[in-house]
Amino acid sequence: MDSWARFRTHKPAMLGAAILVLYTLLAIFAPWVTPHDPVQQQLVQSLQTPSAEFWLGTDHLGRDVLTRILYGTRISLFIGIAAVVVGMGIGIPLGVVSGFYGRATDMVIQRIADIMFSFPSILLALALVAVLGVGLNNVIIAVGVAIIPIFIRLVRGQVLAVREEAYVDAARAIGASDLRILVRHVLANSWAPIIVQATISIGITILVAAGLGFLGLGVPSPTPEWGAMLGEGRNYIYSHPHMSTFPGLAIFLAVIAFNLMGDGLRDALDPRLRALEA
Amino acid sequence: MSGVAAAEEVANVRLERGQEILRVEDLKTHFPIRSGLLRRQVGTVQAVDGVSFSLAAGETLGLVGESGCGKSTIARTVMRLTEPTDGRILFKGEDITGFSRSQMRPIRQQMQIIFQDPYSSLNPRMSVEDIVGEPLRVHDMWKEQGHARVAELLDIVGLSPEHGKRFPHEFSGGQRQRIGVARALALNPQLIILDEPVSALDVSIQAQIVNLLKRLQDEFDLAYLFIAHDLSVVRHISDRVAVMYLGKMAEIGDHHDIYERPTHPYTQALLSAVPLPDPDARGQRGRIVLEGDVPSPSNPPSGCRFRTRCWKAEDRCAEEVPELIDRFGHGHPSACHFAELAPDSVGSGDAD
Amino acid sequence: MSATEPLLEVDGLSVEFDTPEGVVKAVRDVSWNLMPGETLGIVGESGSGKSVSVMSLMKLIPTPPGRIVAGEVRFRDRDLLKLSRFQLRKLRGKDLAMVFQDPMSSLNPVQTVGRQIAEAMTVHDSKLSDNEARRRSIELLEVVGVPQADVRFKQYPHQFSGGMRQRAMIAMAIANRPPILIADEPTTALDVTIQAQVMEVLKDAQKKAGAAMVLITHDLGLIAEMADRVIVMYGGRVVEVGDVRTVFHNPQHPYTFGLMASLPRLDTQTETLPTIPGQPPSLITPPTGCAFHPRCRLKRDRLDCEQDVPPLREVTTEHFSACHHTDEMDQLIEEVSAEVGTDLTRGES
Repeated sequence: MDSWARFRTHKPAMLGAAILVLYTLLAIFAPWVTPHDPVQQQLVQSLQTPSAEFWLGTDHLGRDVLTRILYGTRISLFIGIAAVVVGMGIGIPLGVVSGFYGRATDMVIQRIADIMFSFPSILLALALVAVLGVGLNNVIIAVGVAIIPIFIRLVRGQVLAVREEAYVDAARAIGASDLRILVRHVLANSWAPIIVQATISIGITILVAAGLGFLGLGVPSPTPEWGAMLGEGRNYIYSHPHMSTFPGLAIFLAVIAFNLMGDGLRDALDPRLRALEA
Repeated sequence: MSGVAAAEEVANVRLERGQEILRVEDLKTHFPIRSGLLRRQVGTVQAVDGVSFSLAAGETLGLVGESGCGKSTIARTVMRLTEPTDGRILFKGEDITGFSRSQMRPIRQQMQIIFQDPYSSLNPRMSVEDIVGEPLRVHDMWKEQGHARVAELLDIVGLSPEHGKRFPHEFSGGQRQRIGVARALALNPQLIILDEPVSALDVSIQAQIVNLLKRLQDEFDLAYLFIAHDLSVVRHISDRVAVMYLGKMAEIGDHHDIYERPTHPYTQALLSAVPLPDPDARGQRGRIVLEGDVPSPSNPPSGCRFRTRCWKAEDRCAEEVPELIDRFGHGHPSACHFAELAPDSVGSGDAD
Repeated sequence: MSATEPLLEVDGLSVEFDTPEGVVKAVRDVSWNLMPGETLGIVGESGSGKSVSVMSLMKLIPTPPGRIVAGEVRFRDRDLLKLSRFQLRKLRGKDLAMVFQDPMSSLNPVQTVGRQIAEAMTVHDSKLSDNEARRRSIELLEVVGVPQADVRFKQYPHQFSGGMRQRAMIAMAIANRPPILIADEPTTALDVTIQAQVMEVLKDAQKKAGAAMVLITHDLGLIAEMADRVIVMYGGRVVEVGDVRTVFHNPQHPYTFGLMASLPRLDTQTETLPTIPGQPPSLITPPTGCAFHPRCRLKRDRLDCEQDVPPLREVTTEHFSACHHTDEMDQLIEEVSAEVGTDLTRGES
C-alpha cells in the first residue's frame, strides 16, 4: 500500500483536507461567492446580527463579516504558507549544516536555536514586528523567523539519523561530493517528517499571525484579516459577539484542518510503519 | 592539483595477480570518549591498535574476530571512511594515508566496499538503476556507459535488467546484497572490502552470495578483504586468514595454518566454540570454553590483551606485549608467548 | 520411541497475520509433540514460521494483527489455546518458561536483575518470603555461572554484558523448575565464544531442572550439538521431523538436504557450495502444493508437487518427511555431489 492510499483511508486527515480545499476554493472565488465588498464601509448597516442578507452579520463599520472572512482567507492562508516557506528556507539549510558538519558549527547553531526556542513563537514574532514595523511582508518574515528553530531541530535530528545509514557510507566510499550526499541521500530521506512538520506549522503560523493581527500589529486595516477582525470585535464582544465569534471559528477550523492533515501525513509517510510492512 | 594527477596514475596501474595491492602498517584507529558539557575527552577506545597485514591482487584475506575486535573499523579506515590515528595504508605501493578527498577519488574507483546490512546500505528513495549507476555518475562516466553498463552489471550479479526500474524494498535480502555487489563492481575495482557481506542473510541465500563472490573474483581478478565473524564462511572463501582480538592481531596465516594448525590460544578457543553441523561430533571435540567476557577496548589489559581469558596466562603475559612473529617454526606468525599446536585441532586435515 | 506420554502436543496449528499487503500465513497446519526431558530443535530460515509457531503456544503473538486460526495445544489434559489470559499467565514461567534472543528487551531496565529473578518466583509462590526469594535468586545466578552473584544481584541489566544478561534470563527461566523450557534463538545475538558459554549453561540448567527444551534456531550447528530430535520448517510448514542423527545423516526432504549442503564447512574447504536456487517464498501468496517446489530440484516438472500439499509421511521409524518423492533423495544427493565435486552423502543411511 503506498502513502497516498494510506492517506486516503485516514478519515480525520481527509476531513482536514476537505476543509482546506473548501477554504482554498472560497478564497479564490470570493468575489463570485459574495455580493458584498470586504472594505467598503456602510455605516448605516453597522453591527447587524446575522440575517438572510448578511449571513454572519456586519461589523461596526457595516461590512459583511462573511465577506471579510472569505477575503481574509486569502490573507491568512497566504501569510501562513509564506511564513512556513520562510521558516523552512532558513531552518532547513541551518539544520542540515548543523547535523552534517557537527562540531563548532553545530554548537553555535544549536545554542541560537535553544535561545529562540525559549521564547514562545508569538513573543518572538511580536519583537520582530516591533523592530520591522507592520505590513504584510514584515508579518510574514516575523512569523517565519519565529518558527525557524522548529525546522533546525527537526532537520538536524533527521540528518544525524540518516547520516549513520550505511548507504551514506556507500556514497562516501564511491567518492560522492558532500552536496550530492546531502541532496540525494540525506535530504531525500528526510522529506517525510519535514512535510509533516510543515503542514502542522502552517496551523501555527496562521495562529501566530492572527495573534499579531489581534494586537493590531498585523496587516494594517482595512485589509480583512482574521486576527484583526477578532481584535476589532473585542470591543463588541458582549453586545455583538458574532463579530468576533465567526473570525475565531475560521481560525480554529483552519488550524484544526492543518493539524489533522499533518497527523494523517505522518501516519501515511512514517517510514517505520512502512518498514513493518516490508 | 598534481596530487590528484599522481593519485590517478596510481589508480590506473593494473596489477598482476600476486603483486601487493594493499599494505597496512601498524594501523591505529582510536576514538575519543567525550563526556560532560564541554565534550572533554575522558578516554580513548582503542578500536584498532597496531595492526599490520598485506594483500595481493587476486587474493582473499579473511579477517575474523568477535564483536569489538576492530575488524569493521579496519574496513572503514582502509576505505578512509574513518580517519586513522596512526600508521600507514599503502595502496599499490602508494601511501594513501594522507590523501585529500580529491586525491582519494581516483583511488576509490579501484577500491570498493560491500556492507553487511543489505537493508540499510541501499538508499530506499533511489531506484536500483540509480543506485548501481551512482558510482558512474560520481565519476562522470554515466554519459558514455550509463544504462548499458548498469544492465551489464545487473546481469553479472544475477539480476535482470528490468530490475533496474524497481526500488530496494521490492527485493529480498539476497537480491539486495546482489545490488550492493553490482554497485561495488561498477567502476571495475581491483580491491573490494567486504564487511560481513553474508552475515545478515539466511543460510540458503548465503551460499548463493558466497558462490557469486567467488565467481566474480575469478572473472575480474579481484582482491578481497573479507571481514566476517563466521569462521566457516571465512574458511570457505579465504586464501589467508587473520584472527583479531580486541584491536590487535592474534594470528595470521594461510587457511591451513589457521584452521588446522592454530597456535594462538584464542584461535584455538574460537575454532572449538563453533558448533559443527554434525551430531556425531557432539562430545567428540575437545571444546575450550573461555572464561568471562571480552574486556573493554577503552581499557584493555596490559601486555597480551587475551591474557584475562587465557588458560595459559603467566606473569610475563601481563608485562610484555607478545609480538606477531613466527615462533618455534610453526610456519606462520602468532602473537602469543606460548604459541603451540593444540593436540586436537578442529580441522581433520582434509586435503583440498 | 519410549512409551511415555508426550508432555506437550501441538496439533494442526495455523497462525495468520493481517498486514496492509494481505494476510500473512505464518504457520500452516503444524503438529508436533514434546517428550519429557528431551531437547527438540526447530530449525528454519527467517519466515519459516519457527518462532511464531512456538510463540503462539502461549499466545505470545500480538493480536491483532496476529490470529490463531486453527489448532490445539495439549498440555496436562488442557488446550492451552482455550485458556484465558489469566490462566495462561499462571502457566507462564511456572510450567513453560522462555529464553529470548534479545535479553536486553526482555529484562526491565529500571529494576535490578536480582529483583526480577526473585519476582519470577514470588509471582507463582506468594508464600515465599523476600529473604528466601533473595537467597534462591543468588543461588540461581551462581548456577548459571554469574560470578560474584551477591553483587550482581543488586545490579541493573545495563551493567551486565550480553552473555551475562542471557545467563540472568536463563536463571529466571529455571527459577520455578518448569517442565518445559523454550529457547528462541538464545545465542544469536552473542559472539561465538560467549555462545559456547551460554549453551553450556543452558544445557546444564535444563539437566538440573529436568526440563524438556524446545530450541528454536537457524543454526544447524547448534541443533546438531544440542537437540535430540529436530523439526525442519519451511514456508510455515513442517517439512521434516526425526531423530537428529537420522535427519543429519539421511535427510529425506530436498530442502533439509539443500540447507545442510549449502553450509560452508569448518573442517574442510570446498570449491563451490551447493546452493538452493531462488528466493524464500512469499507468505501472503505461498506457492501452491509443496511450498518448496519453485526451488526444488526434485520437482522435475511434475504436477503433484505443484498441486498437492505433501503430507508428513513416516519414511523410516520415527522419521517423517513432507515430500512426494522421498524415494529419489539418494539420486538427488548423488547428482548434486557430482555437480560440485564433493561427496555430500553423510555416513550411514
